[in-house]
Amino acid sequence: MSSEQATETLLQVDAISLSFGGVHALVDVSFDIRKGEVRSIIGPNGAGKSSMLNVINGFYHPQKGTITYQGQARKQMRPHDAAAGGIARTFQNIALFKGMSTLDNIMTGRNTHMSKSLFWQALRIGPAQREEIEHREFVEHVIDFLEIQSIRKTPVGRLPYGLQKRVELGRALAAEPTLLLLDEPMAGMNLEEKEDMSRFILETNDEFGTTIALIEHDMGVVMDISDRVVVLDYGRKIAEGTPLEVRANQNVIDAYLGVSHD
Amino acid sequence: MVDSSESQGQTFPQLLLQRLNHDAERPAMREKAYGIWQTWTLGQIGEEVFAFAAGLSNLGFTRNDTLVIIGDNRPRLYGAMLAAQSLGGVPVPAYQDSVAQEIQYVVDHAEARFIVAENQEQVDKALEIREQCPRVERIFYCDPKGLRKYDPQIVMDIQTVMASGREILEANAEAVVSEIQKGAGSDTAIILYTSGTTGRPKGVVLSYENLLVTARNANAFDQITADEEVLAYLPMAWVGDNAFSFAMGLVAGFCVSCPESADTVAQDLREIGPTFYFAPPRVFESVLTSVIIRMKDAGRLKRSLFDHFMKVAKKTGAALMDGQPVSTWDRFHYGLGELMIYGPLKNTLGLSRVRVAYTAGEAIGPEIFEFYRSLGINLKQLYGQTEATVFITMQPDGLVRSESVGTPPPGVEVRIEDNGEVVYRSPGVFKEYFKNPEATAETKTPDNWVHTGDAGYFDDEGHLRIIDRAKDVGKLTDDSMFAPKFLENKLKFFPEIKEVVTFGDQRDFVTAFINIDLDAVGNWAERNNVAYASYQELAAHAKVYTLIQDCIEQVNQSLAQDSHLSSSQIRRFLILHKELDPDDGELTRTRKVRRRIINERYGDLIDALFDGRENCFVSTEVMFEDGRQGRIEADLEIREAAVSSERVRAAA
Repeated sequence: MSSEQATETLLQVDAISLSFGGVHALVDVSFDIRKGEVRSIIGPNGAGKSSMLNVINGFYHPQKGTITYQGQARKQMRPHDAAAGGIARTFQNIALFKGMSTLDNIMTGRNTHMSKSLFWQALRIGPAQREEIEHREFVEHVIDFLEIQSIRKTPVGRLPYGLQKRVELGRALAAEPTLLLLDEPMAGMNLEEKEDMSRFILETNDEFGTTIALIEHDMGVVMDISDRVVVLDYGRKIAEGTPLEVRANQNVIDAYLGVSHD
Repeated sequence: MVDSSESQGQTFPQLLLQRLNHDAERPAMREKAYGIWQTWTLGQIGEEVFAFAAGLSNLGFTRNDTLVIIGDNRPRLYGAMLAAQSLGGVPVPAYQDSVAQEIQYVVDHAEARFIVAENQEQVDKALEIREQCPRVERIFYCDPKGLRKYDPQIVMDIQTVMASGREILEANAEAVVSEIQKGAGSDTAIILYTSGTTGRPKGVVLSYENLLVTARNANAFDQITADEEVLAYLPMAWVGDNAFSFAMGLVAGFCVSCPESADTVAQDLREIGPTFYFAPPRVFESVLTSVIIRMKDAGRLKRSLFDHFMKVAKKTGAALMDGQPVSTWDRFHYGLGELMIYGPLKNTLGLSRVRVAYTAGEAIGPEIFEFYRSLGINLKQLYGQTEATVFITMQPDGLVRSESVGTPPPGVEVRIEDNGEVVYRSPGVFKEYFKNPEATAETKTPDNWVHTGDAGYFDDEGHLRIIDRAKDVGKLTDDSMFAPKFLENKLKFFPEIKEVVTFGDQRDFVTAFINIDLDAVGNWAERNNVAYASYQELAAHAKVYTLIQDCIEQVNQSLAQDSHLSSSQIRRFLILHKELDPDDGELTRTRKVRRRIINERYGDLIDALFDGRENCFVSTEVMFEDGRQGRIEADLEIREAAVSSERVRAAA
């Protein structure tokens, strides 16, 4: 892990509160993500982890608080601004184009980097074709990186779950993100798939210097790959620190195991 | 096209030098990378080989040093073999899927100071090995992914070594060539470690002569030319890949393609469309299974077309290929099938251009073998081993059988020992087992005859049949050979029979224990109104006995066709009241029969089979699945099976 370079703050969330009607999904949550680190957000079910990711991503608009990304503070961010600003993500429930091939799905991740208008892209001639070839080359590197050459032309809907997750990571990587948000990248995977995925996450962080924020339930994985962890429970931040610190924190143990009331 | 008689280099690097004079622009290898087939001309390969050799020599690699190579089939790894050979060193490819300890044995035994590892996975293994084998000085890698943070003093990019080599070659262009000229045909070309089912792997030392002469003979045998397309996808550590892709490729001058990754072989096969193809039986088997499964899922029209034309193919295909007379109507019918079914099917499998295909390693099921041949794929069998540089016998075109493995090709002599063991002598006979003179002496006689450890015989057509491991083969009292596994496998081809144990060593005739297959026989019982409540009851049913008797008599008939095996016909048998079970120690966990335990447990039954009793009481202790012990008792019937007569034998 690249802790030596993880000093500059990439993203700062300040006193974020988000509610849906009377439900308080997030209450006064603040933390930061440093450049080049692997930051995990953990917590029991319904703790507000995905909401937090959706706020960072600009999908939800918090009622209170600010987000500072790359030195620019903003109250609201729209998803396509986030994407243009170098934030890519994967979803808890895979959101790929099922009928399209792996290659095409990953190609869509290049969209923010394509400069030619829809007109040229549709005709696929001249400059648009040249551009597509360049992007295809990048996508092939992603395919090579994730070792999914054998499913290059396979429609994504036919792939097993673990591979679909990998394709989704590929699409996010194709955007060459500065900040990569992973929502439960290892949910529903077997041990071998989890190990593969952990390896790819670490390699992404290592090779491309991508900052990664991930939500994960598997404590073993979190402890292994994160630089720092933030723990949410009922929408509040209850702990923060290195994996070791968090594991020893009494609040965290209580939140996960429950507290006896006597 | 290169005339093979022209290429008379004594070593592979010398051959490369010669071929570079006129073939430098020819494609020599292809590799699929980033979704595109990248071609390397012979000139490019040569340039990299010399650059790597120069760089390697600069790092202290000298004559007789070994270079362990671990990885999938990659042009650079084949290049690394040539580079080591150029310097008079010895490449030692290791199986890329072995765990670190297994490779450690090879590295240790071969006394390797240098390792070429394809990627991070292999580099990690090599580093793990280095902790135990401090002798390892440097590890070179081809794919830099994930390796940025490794110690550059030990783990080096192969490109860096080549770059330093290029500088040396600029100063002294002859640095490598002069080393190559020192090579002689009797030098060691390669050490291949056999995976070895028992004990430690043995390092088979092969000389350039072994490989070159064998490759030239094999090319001549099947008219292999520079125009072949070959996909190198089997492990580089296996002698077959060395012979088929490396040696025969360099000699004939054909282009060898490397798949993108181990998972993409099927697609790459289809894209390349090889003309010369090798696969072990299990590959052919799994491809056939997937075809059958996909056909079962297909629509009714497609399925019936497939079934119809496969029947036509079975009747006509192999005969057409062997050049036997076929009626005009059958030819037309087969041609129609080729248009509608066989052609598209072969195309999907990537086999439409195959001119020669080989399988070897274990017995291939006759149905599987005939399926491919009936499609018009010239699939043949060969018998060989690492110690022989592959080839001991091969099937010539037109004389292909599913049950035998052909005749010795020119230059190979094969003899059958008194105990039935196959021994051979050929130009491919290995030099020795590396650092293991005892094993060498055990296997190879001073006048170069090699013991295979396999038992076999030449059938009436003069084709070699391999039947068993020699140590398992016994003798009947009339001195004819008794090969239990061969008989058992023959019987197990019947779906009704799950397990068989045959007896006959030092006896007058052969008898058998049969285990019925509950699924197959149960299904048969339902269709034939045979009521039963338990396995034991079904096994003892008279109609089931008749069913099994029929199977045995069919086997007896086919045994009678063969003068060597006609006395191995099964005279008496019984159906066991319980399934042989690993829990009771009767089978190994991999479901191989443990004869010693069976002999102990069922001694009385075996005696009954031979002393003419018509039934025998048996009581066996069994272990139930919940761990409780219990006893099963039964009175088993013993049946006689008809033995085919001498007359049939004479006719055959």
